[in-house]
Amino acid sequence: MTSRWIVAAGFACAVLPGLAAAATLDDVKARGALHCGTAPNIPGYAFTDDKGDRRGFDIDLCKAMAAAIFGDANKFKLTPVGPRDAFAALQTAAVDILTHRFTWTYNRDAGSGLNFTRVMFYDGQGFMVRKSLNVKSVNELNGASICVGQGTTTELNIADYFRSHSMKYTIVTFADLDEARRAYDEGRCDSWSNDRGSLAARGLGLKNRDDHVILPETISKEPIAPMVRQGDSQWEDIARWTFDALIAAEELGITSANVDELKAKSENPEIKRLLGVTDDLGQKNGLPASWAYDAIKQVGNYGEIFERHLGPKTRLGMSRGQNALWTNGGMMMAPPFR
Amino acid sequence: MRAVFVQASVAAAVAAIAYFFVHNSLENLERLNVKTGFQFLARPAGFGITQHLIPYDEDSSYGRAFLVALLNTLLVSAISVVLATIIGFTVGLARLSRNWLVAKLATAYVETIRNVPLLLHLFFWYFAVLRPLPGPRQSVVFGGVAFLNNRGLYLPAPILEPGFAAIPIALLVAGLATGALVWWSRRTRLRTGRHHSVIWYAIVLLIGLPFVADVLAGFPIGWDIPRLAGFNFQGGVVVIHEFVALTVGLSIYSAAYVAEIVRAGVLAVPKGQVEAARSLGLRPGQVNRLVVVPQALRVIVPPLTSQYLNLTKNSSLAAAIAYPEIMLVFAGTVLNQTGQPFEVMTITMAVYLGLSLIISLVMNWYNRRITLKERTS
Repeated sequence: MTSRWIVAAGFACAVLPGLAAAATLDDVKARGALHCGTAPNIPGYAFTDDKGDRRGFDIDLCKAMAAAIFGDANKFKLTPVGPRDAFAALQTAAVDILTHRFTWTYNRDAGSGLNFTRVMFYDGQGFMVRKSLNVKSVNELNGASICVGQGTTTELNIADYFRSHSMKYTIVTFADLDEARRAYDEGRCDSWSNDRGSLAARGLGLKNRDDHVILPETISKEPIAPMVRQGDSQWEDIARWTFDALIAAEELGITSANVDELKAKSENPEIKRLLGVTDDLGQKNGLPASWAYDAIKQVGNYGEIFERHLGPKTRLGMSRGQNALWTNGGMMMAPPFR
Repeated sequence: MRAVFVQASVAAAVAAIAYFFVHNSLENLERLNVKTGFQFLARPAGFGITQHLIPYDEDSSYGRAFLVALLNTLLVSAISVVLATIIGFTVGLARLSRNWLVAKLATAYVETIRNVPLLLHLFFWYFAVLRPLPGPRQSVVFGGVAFLNNRGLYLPAPILEPGFAAIPIALLVAGLATGALVWWSRRTRLRTGRHHSVIWYAIVLLIGLPFVADVLAGFPIGWDIPRLAGFNFQGGVVVIHEFVALTVGLSIYSAAYVAEIVRAGVLAVPKGQVEAARSLGLRPGQVNRLVVVPQALRVIVPPLTSQYLNLTKNSSLAAAIAYPEIMLVFAGTVLNQTGQPFEVMTITMAVYLGLSLIISLVMNWYNRRITLKERTS
């Protein structure tokens, strides 16, 4: 009995650390599916549609990764995680990547054992108010009560902004972002604050969206980036360069519709390198030569993903703004593929 | 000897397993480059909290934010325990009433309330309270000093001026005097059998003395009356709806369980006891107070303890309706901002464990006091 215990304990000590230290890519390939942690429910980013399918901007990022690794954008499994559990889920390898709504901040990056890959969405905190209040600017909100949902840096941004402008405020913090909207809708607060992307998405749930307006000021910068575990730089490279490839594709004019044609006929050397015609960029990261081609073909370039879920033709109706390509005055730029 | 050896080995095994888990976690945290430690508690929190019983602002530390949240948890738990007990005893006894309507109403209460999840109760009360109330400008006014709107109930706050200490001192003196009176009355009754009612003296003492002190000290308490400034009322004290909804929801929900515990306790008292008490000539009130309740309490207290523990832990559902208690503020905002889930969750678990142990301790002490003491002589 005792000796069996000692053997079991020794086995656990020897094997457990070894398991977690193995390369993430090998684990994912062996498993045959990429595990992504996403927000449980936010329209446009990660939500369940009428047919019961999980769709959204964040989910397409996960699909692009799956396509790059397996050549099949359907080889993924989604784990909806709230902000409270998300970091632990990644740290304990319950998921391989968080394609979530987390702002890249110093404290989340340093000392957390997690790394941010690259900014895929530039957001910023905004305020919604009732039109009947006749408020035109956040600076007129002195003394207002503000409903917020917790889980981001929302509370801190409001505290910093109001104090630096010598304004008073009362903050009513909800654990759930949709309850914050509901309480605002019922009149608990003068204003409802969140990332502008979230205001646009969750604002769809208001009783009468037309009675409300988003104020012009953006009081914070919220660079939203997918996250991976620290300590596996190959995996981090795979994630970052897959996302870069989506942006590079838009820069180069490659879309899911014309990617086959460009692969066959294009004379542009960067397109040929990216799509694996003249160079095998994938193998340096342990991926097939067609990794970028698969991601673009099956999911689309960055612009396509944005337009599909967030753009003017969707219910969220967001413009590209800071998320436009650098060539169009935005901040999206991929490093060169060479 | 053998038993001791077995016990010691089991204890050693448990300790070894615990050590293995702790050691393993720490090692893995290190390997994952996660910085651990409790230094973050001294750093400034930087965020606001709606309800704080002790002074708090954005410059206060995470440690203080923790204290604020802990006090909020304690406040709502304590008030809800008292209310749930009162409502629960009333409903439990009502269900045993010989009045058909009263008994059926109590039954309906118990069956409806305890069969709906607590979270729904909280949402119901929160939005039921919020929805019909007007905005700050259309507040319901009480006597020009108190205001009710969808932001909260604004009450005048006392401002203590020099000399106010006379009032609590007077109150203390009155309390002591009342205690002495009660003690004297009971001793006289036990010795002579004569009953002296002291209730009127007590009332006069408890209200009169502080009033006299107030007059003599020149009315040292001023009132800070809330006034509308901009969007909301400023000044005074505010009772937030989140607190009201949580207290009402928790109390009403837990009371349904308390009612059943009380009913079980009363039914556990043998019928012969009541008949014997009646045949001794005790009045119905005395039968209950002197015979039924003391014996019922022995059955009631142990399950009631569990109910109090449940209520305290259930208060963590408040995070859903924005009441700033420990789960919302500490295991929520603080965890998010610091990125120290292991430390924060450890402290949070220790808080609930500590609260539960204290409640258990007090209730067990009370239980020992009321257990049936068999007298041999």
